[in-house]
Amino acid sequence: MKVGVLALQGAFKLHVQALERLGVEAIEVRSLENFDASEALIIPGGESTTMSFLLESSGIFDSLQERSTDGMPVLGTCAGMILLSSKITDGRNDQKPLKLIDIEVRRNGYGRQIDSFESDLFIEGFKSSFRGVFIRAPLVENASEKVEVLAEVNGRPVMCRQDSVIVTSFHPELADDDRIHAEFLEMVSNS
Amino acid sequence: MDELNRDTGTRLVKRGLAEMLKGGVIMDVVDADQAKIAEDAGATAVMALERVPADIRRDGGVARMSDPEMIEEIKSAVTVPVMAKARIGHFAEAQVLQSIGVDYIDESEVLTPADEAHHIDKWKFDAPFVCGATNLGEALRRISEGACLIRSKGEAGTGNIVEAVRHLRSILGDIGRISQADSAELFDWAKQLQAPLPLVQEVSETGELPVPIFCAGGIATPADASLVMQLGAQAVFVGSGIFKSEDPAPRARAIVEATTNYLDPSILAKVSRKLGEPMTGIEMDSIETRLAERGW
Repeated sequence: MKVGVLALQGAFKLHVQALERLGVEAIEVRSLENFDASEALIIPGGESTTMSFLLESSGIFDSLQERSTDGMPVLGTCAGMILLSSKITDGRNDQKPLKLIDIEVRRNGYGRQIDSFESDLFIEGFKSSFRGVFIRAPLVENASEKVEVLAEVNGRPVMCRQDSVIVTSFHPELADDDRIHAEFLEMVSNS
Repeated sequence: MDELNRDTGTRLVKRGLAEMLKGGVIMDVVDADQAKIAEDAGATAVMALERVPADIRRDGGVARMSDPEMIEEIKSAVTVPVMAKARIGHFAEAQVLQSIGVDYIDESEVLTPADEAHHIDKWKFDAPFVCGATNLGEALRRISEGACLIRSKGEAGTGNIVEAVRHLRSILGDIGRISQADSAELFDWAKQLQAPLPLVQEVSETGELPVPIFCAGGIATPADASLVMQLGAQAVFVGSGIFKSEDPAPRARAIVEATTNYLDPSILAKVSRKLGEPMTGIEMDSIETRLAERGW
């Protein structure tokens, strides 16, 4: 199994390390060629305004949209959630969402860095809590009925799934806990 | 649902933001218009300041924290994180910056130091700090004081990359040497570096700094960004290099592309075309004030 990690900008190395701990070969994806070699994709945290224009200039944007629609598994954390959403509020004016999961997000919806926080989360199907690290995190303002909500904070979704796309507002790559990555890999092997 | 227990200002939360800035470009801006240009070009963050280092160098005099009003204007103009500079040791300036919600505080040698012996106790703050360093000892001392991110000092405002290269090579070279050292040698390393032994032992074990390391000071071209990324920097700060060049927007975008694709010379060749004149550089022998010598 070869899993790509979008390496245009952001915390991609931490995702690569998590995959390697789970015994999976990770590919740093900077070009269409790298992306073509990947069976699934993780979009890391970082700045979505930066990544969105690099996604287009690298040519990955269209190909990702096409392959994900055909069922390729994608995991997006924080900036990844923003990029995969169907509508972005408070982004760059020309920032295009990938529209691969039917949620509407507000960038920095939980506030600025000074409001960034850690909290214990209860995730659907997990036996014990998961330490969620929220950094200038996006707020899910709306999730359609096509979307399964896997975890919430104060009644707002922070982890969602639609078909083969999973998104989190928080950073599982910062927690010392690989359960979300393991669950994603299970989805990849079943796809 | 009840309000969850939220822990703010933790080490993970503060260091986490630096992880998110990796592979990106942080740009100096002096007003809201420049901040918009930087964000549109793909900057991962902006550094709000009244004068870019090249102008601070030219004007002389005491350089201080920027007007909070001007920082607020920049904060409302963009959605990316906003950083701002406090003088070395000037914890009151840092308190002001934290109170107005600045996302990252740079305790910076570009401003005139306020304390000749002490840096700020950065553990006391919920806002994360970045500090400059010229060598590994300096970097570890800043980390022991609570810095969440280290950048090379380089020589700000010169458009000359030579000093940043020297600092990166010194820091990363010593990390390499320490990771080869045996446990008995680490005591001597700690003494020579004037750095806390536990941090020296951590570096020896992991082979890297406990926090990310970025490059600052003298980056003016896409190839400069590629050079320092290949040397081991994890992101770049560009100060005067963008808005002191002939045509800032395309240059800013080209440096962003170069920082992502730093290993691909054909992309570098493509993005380096027709950018107009870079900022005028300064040769090291001709400068009077070495900003990098500030801090201890």
